[in-house]
Amino acid sequence: MPRIAGQDLNTKKRGEIALTAIFGIGRARAIEILTRLDIDPNEKPEKWTDDQTRAIRKLIEDEYAVEGTLRTEIQLNIKRLMDIGCYRGLRHRRGLPVRGQRTQTNARTRKGKKKTVAGKKAAPRK
Amino acid sequence: MARSLKKGPFIHHKLLKKVDELNDTGKKKVVKTWSRASMITPEFVGHTFAVHNGKQFVPVYITETMVGHRLGEFSPTRVYRGHAGATKDRRTR
Repeated sequence: MPRIAGQDLNTKKRGEIALTAIFGIGRARAIEILTRLDIDPNEKPEKWTDDQTRAIRKLIEDEYAVEGTLRTEIQLNIKRLMDIGCYRGLRHRRGLPVRGQRTQTNARTRKGKKKTVAGKKAAPRK
Repeated sequence: MARSLKKGPFIHHKLLKKVDELNDTGKKKVVKTWSRASMITPEFVGHTFAVHNGKQFVPVYITETMVGHRLGEFSPTRVYRGHAGATKDRRTR
């Protein structure tokens, strides 16, 4: 089982799919990486030669931000927004949706589980 | 849709003139403005703007990291002080 970019183990899935187990690599990038190295995206990782595995590992390490690096980058971007005190930063601080979505209803992904407010009239059907 | 590159960033012409004057004379003065849609350019760095939020002017000191944002992003237009009876369990920062 090849190990690429840290802890990621790839399975017996097609190469194009197996690579998406890495944070920062989706279908598009997986295909891009494999075609750049002239590897058939349908070929499963178990069929990769050691050279191919090594080439993939090197390419990802050198040219793509994945896993930890990418996570740090994202966190830094968010931190920057919060530090300069712009609207998007304020939304991040409050844990509310950042891109102008409605918050009267929905937005549960950002707001978390419902907090029932005492005395508020219940909606007709929840 | 993103703005055409041909036009360059939008900055209200009067605001731009004021900033240029400040830079030419090397003075630091708070610039009052209603132009929330103006993009912050590198020339703005180090100046303080009083950006209108519909009610009052919010002082905004421009740093390098703010370049590319718009003035209005730093001057919130809504006040939310929490709902009645809601307990303070939010992280304050």
